[in-house]
Amino acid sequence: MQYLLLIYSAESDEAKQDVPAVMAEYGTFTQGIVQSGAFKAADRLKPVATATTVRIREGKTLTTDGPFAETREQLGGYYLVEAADLDAAVAIAAKIPTAKYGSVEVRPTWPMNG
Amino acid sequence: MADAPSGGAASCIDDAFRRHGAEALATLIRLTGDFDLAEEGLQEAFAAAAVAWRSAPPDNPRAWLIAVGRRRALDQIRRRIAYRSKQAQLTAEAVIEAQTAPAEVDDAAAAFGDDDLLRLIFTCCHPALALEAQVALTLRTVCSLPTASVARAFLVSEETMAQRLVRAKAKIRAAGIPYRTPPRELLDERVLGVLAAIYLVFTEAYAGDPRQSLAAEAIGLARRLDALLPGRGAVQGLLALMLLHEARRPARYDAAGDLVLLEDQDRGLWNAAMIAEGLALVEPALKAATPPSPYAVQAAIAALHAQAATPPATDWRQIVGLYAVLLKLSPSPVIELNHAAALAMVDGPAAALPRVEALAARGGLDGYDVLPAVRADLLRRLGRASEARAAYQDALRLARHAPERRFFRRRLAELGQP
Repeated sequence: MQYLLLIYSAESDEAKQDVPAVMAEYGTFTQGIVQSGAFKAADRLKPVATATTVRIREGKTLTTDGPFAETREQLGGYYLVEAADLDAAVAIAAKIPTAKYGSVEVRPTWPMNG
Repeated sequence: MADAPSGGAASCIDDAFRRHGAEALATLIRLTGDFDLAEEGLQEAFAAAAVAWRSAPPDNPRAWLIAVGRRRALDQIRRRIAYRSKQAQLTAEAVIEAQTAPAEVDDAAAAFGDDDLLRLIFTCCHPALALEAQVALTLRTVCSLPTASVARAFLVSEETMAQRLVRAKAKIRAAGIPYRTPPRELLDERVLGVLAAIYLVFTEAYAGDPRQSLAAEAIGLARRLDALLPGRGAVQGLLALMLLHEARRPARYDAAGDLVLLEDQDRGLWNAAMIAEGLALVEPALKAATPPSPYAVQAAIAALHAQAATPPATDWRQIVGLYAVLLKLSPSPVIELNHAAALAMVDGPAAALPRVEALAARGGLDGYDVLPAVRADLLRRLGRASEARAAYQDALRLARHAPERRFFRRRLAELGQP
């Protein structure tokens, strides 16, 4: 199965981190899942201040500043991984460095060819 | 079963349902990889048994139920996907056929034997499911309770409970929750999750008297878990704790259904067999691990109450000591409150009251009726009647169950008008 691991953290907590150390941890983590074959895709997102939300209502395109939901924790990046089951996906998610101060949501994806 | 009366197919089937229903379901879920298919297959197998067992019940009812249930599940798959492609049908059949070979090897099977019931318990109590869903699924599948009974136990409509079960099973499927006993590195943590679900079944049943059968289900689950994973202090501890509390049930309510406090209970009504079973578990539970499981320490406290022939004979000093241990192991405001209440029995209400007041001031137990009830009792014993009355009013407002409410009203009446 494929799982999307959505990485959330509060920008205030993000500011407290030792950035080079966290980046190094991410490097090690990514290398690990590339080697194990679990890695499918990943991206780090620019800060939430750069977000724009789009809706179509009554045929009109409504474009607004900011994310869809105002929450304390913001989506900051993701990994798409292949895992045998939820336990395996959770084990990978638990190794994401941000899990120590933020949170990681584990979501199975719909298989597109099934 | 050999001495069953002739024509006793029905009683034989009832017996098979009680003894093998959960295990057969657990195996069918493994074979089919699907809770609903397994449930339907088993249901049809029991319906078939009503006819087939009339002449002679099979030597091995469990194997019979599994074989027929598996065949019916296969039929079900064929019907379900008949309108889809032939290829999809063949694939699904091949998957189920492949599952019949019992040659799977995983950590848990190697360590604990191939036990489908254990798999079922761990899957139902997977931490990715909400606790209320875990409990509902466990009662429905492991305890074979009808949906209506599970709904009644949790004070929701049958429809709501059915929806809850459907959603839980859908999440197991869609999220890829594995059907297995967790590997060693996850096992301790996951056992604690299962115990939390079992304890929730017990405490919900414990507080509300009419739902007595759920306490029996919780004890039954813990007994099974203890048999499947022997020698675990947390499992033995929880089992002992529940047995020792449940043993007091006959004395906990009077003829009118009113609550009788521990100190006023007729100890002759306590269930001696349950107490003996519980007491025998306390030692091994405490010794199984260092530090001991909090459940084992709580069981040891319950054991001291159970062993006191009369209330004054209670070893309160040792109970205070055990609460202090418990506070170190798993600090919580509820334990602090119990510690303070026990302390009042050793050093008097005046010594305990400041602790209870401090606890109330911290606000961690807002909405918990036992906090004002303990405070009220201490004030009452100190002769501070008007403050005690106010505290009993608080407790009355927060009490969730009728017997508790009646008890607080009785205390208020005893204290008289201001």
